Amino acid sequence: MGKYFQPEIETMPHEKIHELQNERLLKQIRHVWDNVPYYRKKMQEKGLTPDDIRSQDDLYKLPFLSKADLREAYPYGLMGKPLKDCVRIQSTSGTTGQRVVAFYTPNDIKIWETMCARAIVAAGGSNESVVQVSYGYGLFTGGPGLNGGSHMLGSLTIPASSGNTDRQIMFIKDLQATILCCTPSYAAFIGERMKEMGMKPDDIPLKAGIFGAEAWSEEMRRDIEATMGIKAYDIYGLTELCGPGVSFECEDQHGMHINEDYFIAEIIDPKTGEVLPEGSTGELVFTTLEKEAFPLIRYRTRDITSLTHEPCPCGRTHVRMTKLKGRTDDMLIIRGVNVFPSQIETVLINQGYPANYQIIVDRVNNTDTLDVRVEMTPEMFTDNLGEVNRRQAKLVDGLRSMLGLTAKVTLVAPKTIVRSEGKAVRVIDNRKI
Amino acid sequence: MSVKQISVFLENRPGCLHEMTKALADANIDLRGLSLAETSDFGIVRLIVDDVLGTATVLKSARFVASLTDVLAVEVPNVPGGLNRVLELLDGAGINVEYMYAILGNKKSESAYMIFRVDDNAKASGTLEGAGVKIIGQEELSAL
Repeated sequence: MGKYFQPEIETMPHEKIHELQNERLLKQIRHVWDNVPYYRKKMQEKGLTPDDIRSQDDLYKLPFLSKADLREAYPYGLMGKPLKDCVRIQSTSGTTGQRVVAFYTPNDIKIWETMCARAIVAAGGSNESVVQVSYGYGLFTGGPGLNGGSHMLGSLTIPASSGNTDRQIMFIKDLQATILCCTPSYAAFIGERMKEMGMKPDDIPLKAGIFGAEAWSEEMRRDIEATMGIKAYDIYGLTELCGPGVSFECEDQHGMHINEDYFIAEIIDPKTGEVLPEGSTGELVFTTLEKEAFPLIRYRTRDITSLTHEPCPCGRTHVRMTKLKGRTDDMLIIRGVNVFPSQIETVLINQGYPANYQIIVDRVNNTDTLDVRVEMTPEMFTDNLGEVNRRQAKLVDGLRSMLGLTAKVTLVAPKTIVRSEGKAVRVIDNRKI
Repeated sequence: MSVKQISVFLENRPGCLHEMTKALADANIDLRGLSLAETSDFGIVRLIVDDVLGTATVLKSARFVASLTDVLAVEVPNVPGGLNRVLELLDGAGINVEYMYAILGNKKSESAYMIFRVDDNAKASGTLEGAGVKIIGQEELSAL
């Protein structure tokens, strides 16, 4: 098998992709107009009909959809197909208090799995790979998505799901898994456990990891790559759009290719909604092109990134989005300063601390406090109190220059910060506002 | 000649020290000396034991972070000015004492024993032994 799952589409000249998008966009708008009264009403409020949209150059005229719309229309209000045509439901965890429920027709599933298969091939996978899927299975899209993609590709799939870390390692070793799919925080945990068991990167057959569903830093990537002796690839997606696979990294590890035959991506100014030119950093907005059951027009992801059509050495022509610093939902505002957990992670790993940390935010006497709890490691520990204090002070300095505010650093005993088998809970915000 | 000291990282909250002593007691580890340095967040316990390897293994399996350091176990005459003389020698040689603490000796002994953590073990040993101060090793320590 080659380096692409679908070479003709993945390396299609950009003008051709553009044409394909225009053609599909008009059909998608018509489908939504005919079948989703909620969005038709939004268009009518702006005095628009499908005839006003002749190509993606007219996309900017269309109203946005947001998480608030999803909540208002919950559960069936944005469906483009009757329930009898749907075969699957997936849902988010609802940890941010806004549960998303998405519906799929058989074709929607096929498209989703196709995108996941492309991601696995981009990570070096083929029908000879053994793919261990250690994302959670169930309502969460991680497990089912990569499982489906792996099947479509013809790889041997180990549906390990998350949890029981020792068994995960045993499967990797005994069943010769070559690709591991899970959240980056779970990958770090598996790596840590391997080290504890005295295993070296050469003791396991893994070659690549496809890690997504949460933001992770470049430093964490290098850390996982070194611990497991693999190449670690980022993958991006949202349940609203299907799940993982909306975009994925190639061997170049320099931005994630968005599947442009299925989506149109825009970057907007999150304050004004104005479309920004290519290369600008702003909020990522998606329009689906081939969705049947849950089509979304100009859906605001709240994710901050930028796009580039610069040619990629891998040969894929689809637009790339830069690795996310974090979801807007993850961003903390502390004393007026925007803080992403991934920035804190960067400082920790650079100074030799583990990627297991917890951020505790509180408000004392009307001032926000930021406490970063980090586990002590044998490498960072010495018998000399002054030296430990100096290292702690260095960490405070590093955080100050990264974040622009002073954080308290608390060193805690090993294994006291709870390990995650799915999405890590990094932040505890005790502020009562 | 030096002995191995085991340092252990502990959080500064109720029960942490006890967790460690329990792990050691359950493994029948005999402590010869101990000192504790603390900040508001955490502390470092320094242990002198007979069975260094056994203790390190017990601590590791109980998931404590520990490290080993070479320190000097110095015999100090059990008379007024005994300790002063040792420090005078070290001071004269320009050796910095990072910390020190007393350990259990023998009741009948005419000497006290103190652990010295200095910036230069070899130089400190030479200085002290040259002046007739006795420094004991792991075996002698166990025999006390």
